[in-house]
Amino acid sequence: MALKTEPFVINIGPQHPSTHGVFRMRATLDGEVVIDLEPVIGYLHRGIEKLAEGRTYTQNIPFTDRLDYLASMSNNLAYVIAVEKLAGIPVPERAEHLRVIMAELQRIASHLIGIGAFLNDCGAFMTPFLYMFREREKILDLFEMVCGQRLTYNYMRIGGVSHDIPEEFLPALDKFVREMPGFIDEYDQLLAENEILLARAKGVGILPKELAINISASGPVLRGSGVKWDIRKADPYSVYDRFQFDIPIGSVGDTYDRYWVKIQEMRQSVRIIKQAMEQLPPGEVLTEVPHLLHPPVGEVYGHIEAPKGELGFYLVSDNSVAPYRFHIRAPTLINLTALRDMMIGWKVADAIIIFGSIDICLAEVDR
Amino acid sequence: MFVFNPSFSSVNHYLETLPPDWPGGFWLHWGVFVVIIFAFVMSMVMAFIYLERRGLGRLQVRLGPNRVGPFGILQPVADAIKVLIKEDIVPAKGDKWVHWLAPVVAFVPALMIFAVVPFQDGALLADLNIGILYVVAISSISVVGIFMAGWGSNNKYSLIGAMRTVAQVVSYEIPLVLSIIGVVLLAGSLSMNKIVEAQTIPFILLQPLGFLIFFLAACAEINRTPFDLLEAESEIVAGFHIEYSGMKFAFFYLAEYAEALAISAIITTLFLSGWRGPILPPFLWFLIKVFAVFFLIFWVRGTIPRLRIDQVMAFTWKCLLPLALINLFITGIEVVVLPEALPWPVIFVNLAIMAVLVVLWSKFFRLGGGRVEV
Repeated sequence: MALKTEPFVINIGPQHPSTHGVFRMRATLDGEVVIDLEPVIGYLHRGIEKLAEGRTYTQNIPFTDRLDYLASMSNNLAYVIAVEKLAGIPVPERAEHLRVIMAELQRIASHLIGIGAFLNDCGAFMTPFLYMFREREKILDLFEMVCGQRLTYNYMRIGGVSHDIPEEFLPALDKFVREMPGFIDEYDQLLAENEILLARAKGVGILPKELAINISASGPVLRGSGVKWDIRKADPYSVYDRFQFDIPIGSVGDTYDRYWVKIQEMRQSVRIIKQAMEQLPPGEVLTEVPHLLHPPVGEVYGHIEAPKGELGFYLVSDNSVAPYRFHIRAPTLINLTALRDMMIGWKVADAIIIFGSIDICLAEVDR
Repeated sequence: MFVFNPSFSSVNHYLETLPPDWPGGFWLHWGVFVVIIFAFVMSMVMAFIYLERRGLGRLQVRLGPNRVGPFGILQPVADAIKVLIKEDIVPAKGDKWVHWLAPVVAFVPALMIFAVVPFQDGALLADLNIGILYVVAISSISVVGIFMAGWGSNNKYSLIGAMRTVAQVVSYEIPLVLSIIGVVLLAGSLSMNKIVEAQTIPFILLQPLGFLIFFLAACAEINRTPFDLLEAESEIVAGFHIEYSGMKFAFFYLAEYAEALAISAIITTLFLSGWRGPILPPFLWFLIKVFAVFFLIFWVRGTIPRLRIDQVMAFTWKCLLPLALINLFITGIEVVVLPEALPWPVIFVNLAIMAVLVVLWSKFFRLGGGRVEV
C-alpha cells in the first residue's frame, strides 16, 4: 500500500545556521527528499560593481576585501593584477613573492573554514570547526603582523604591497610552515576515515565532470570532479611558474572528493610557501605609481586561482581615474549554479552538506 | 502510575518494600522520596550541564564557560535565571494547548523513571518487581511530548524533527528491549534492585554486546549524537523546539538532560553493577558510574558527525536488531546449558563473540543509501 504523500515547500534560509550567510533555498520536499530546489540570492547585495565605477583604482582595493571576506588577500591580489595589466605597471620581485606567500596563507585559512564548516554541516558538533580555527588564528596573527588587520587586509597595492614584512614575520612564518603539515595530518585524521563521514559524504552530491565544465565551475569544486584545471598552472600569474606544486584532483566529484581536494591543497600551499620563503629576494616592495592612475583606454581581464575558484576582475578603462566598468567573476556564484542538479533526489541532510561542500561566501555571491 | 493511585490492597505490599528502619508511614515515605528524587535530578542535571559544557570545551580546544562563579560552576544557575525571565512566545497559528502541554509530557516521564532506580541498596521509591519493564514503558512516553511539540508549533522544521523522532525512537525501542532481556535472563528478575544484587561481576563483562546495543539504542532514544536527528542544528535548526522560548524551552532542555541522567543511571544499574563497589560508600559508587557513562555520551557528541535519517533507520533494523537477537539467543543458551560455567569462562567467550559479530557486521553492512529518483 502506498501512502498518500504531498510535497511541501520549505525555506532553508535566509536565516539558517548552515547557509553560511544569507542564502535561501526554496526547497520542495517529499517527506525528507528534495524534489525541487530554487536558490534565492541577493540578500547581501551591496552594489559593489556599480560603487566601484565612482571611485579611483586605488580606492577600489578595500572594496575587494569585502567580497569573499574569508579570503581578502586573494581578492586584493586578483584586483591589483587586473589593474597592473591594464596600466602596464611592473611589480618588484620581493612584492611578487610576498603576494604569493600571502595568497597561499589565505588559501589555507579559507580552506580551513571551508572544511570546518563542511564537517559542522555533517553534524560533528563544532569540534572540527574549532580545531580548524586554532590554525586559522595563527594565520590571522601573521597577517596582522604585516598589515595590522585580521579580516579586511587591504594589503596589496597597485604595483606591489603596502608594507614590507616586519622582522618577526619570517621566523613566525617559518615556525608555522614547519608545524602546519603535522596539523593538516591531524585534521585529516580527525574524520577522514570515520565510517559515519564516509557514509554521509561518499557518493553524495555528485557533480559530473561534463556538467562541472559546462557550468564553468572552478576551484576545488571543479577539481573534485576530476578536472585538472588550476589557474596557477594553466595561466601562471605573479611568480607561480617558479614553484613546484601538484594539483590534487578528485575522482567522482562527490562531497567527499571536494573535502579531500581541500585537504590536499593545503599541503600544496605549505609547499609553495616554503619555496617562496627560500627564494624571497631583498629589495623594494612597491613601485612608484602616480596617485591618480589614468590607465590607457582599453579593457582587461585579470584572474587568479582564489581559494574558492577562479576569481576574475574585468575592467574597462576610459582613461579617467575610475574604471568605466568593473565586473567581478565570483567563483562561488558560478559554482552555485549546479546546486539544483546536485541536490535533487537527495535528502534534506544531504542537501545541507552538498551546499556546505561547495564552500561559498555570500558576500562574494551577492557582492 | 502507582505512585499517585495506590489501591489499598497493594499498600501493604509497598510497605513491605520500605527500608525496615525508615521513619514515618507510607505517605511520608513517598513524599520524602519524591522530594529527594526531584532535588537529586535537578542538581544532577545542573551538574551534567556544567560538566558537558566544560567537557565539550576541553574537547573543542576552548575553555567553556568560566565566568560565573569559581570555574564557571554557577553557569547553569545563570542560564536558569536567564531562561526564566525570557518572554514566552506561542506561535499565532499553533495549537496552543498542545504547545503548552508538550514540555510537560516530555519532562515528566524522564522524572518518573527515577522511581525505580536504586541509588543504593533498597534506596528506591518503589521496588517494583517489574522495574525494568516500567522503565521501558515510561521512557517511551516522552516521544509523545516531542511529537506534540512538533505538531503544536505549526512549523515545518518542527514537524520534520518530530516525524524523525517518532520513526527513530519507535525503531530503537526494539533492540533496546531485546538487549535488556539478556540482562534479565542472567539476573532472573525484572526488579532493578534484584538485578543489581545479581551482579557479582558487572554484566557489562557477561553481556558486552548487549551493553553496546543498549548504549547505542539509548543514545538514539535520548537523541544524542550521532542520532540527534530531531534537533539537527545544521539541518532543521532546532527541530521540535524551534518555536519554544523561556521556561517551556527550559523544560525541554531539562528533559533532555534528565533523560541522559536516567539512561546513565539505567546503564549503571543494568550493566555496571549499580551501587556495588569496594571501599567507597554505595551511593558514591553509583554517582561515579553515572558520571562515567554520561562522560561517554558527551564524548561521542563532541567527536563524531551525525547520521542521516535513512541511515539511522538502517542501522537499527539491519545491525542492532539482528545483533540483539543473536545476543539474546546466545545468552539464552548460556544460561540454560552452562550455568556452572558462569561467569568467568563465559566472559571471554562473549567478548570473542562480540568482536567477531561486530567485525562481521561492519564488513557486510554499509550505511550508504543513495539518491532517490524524482
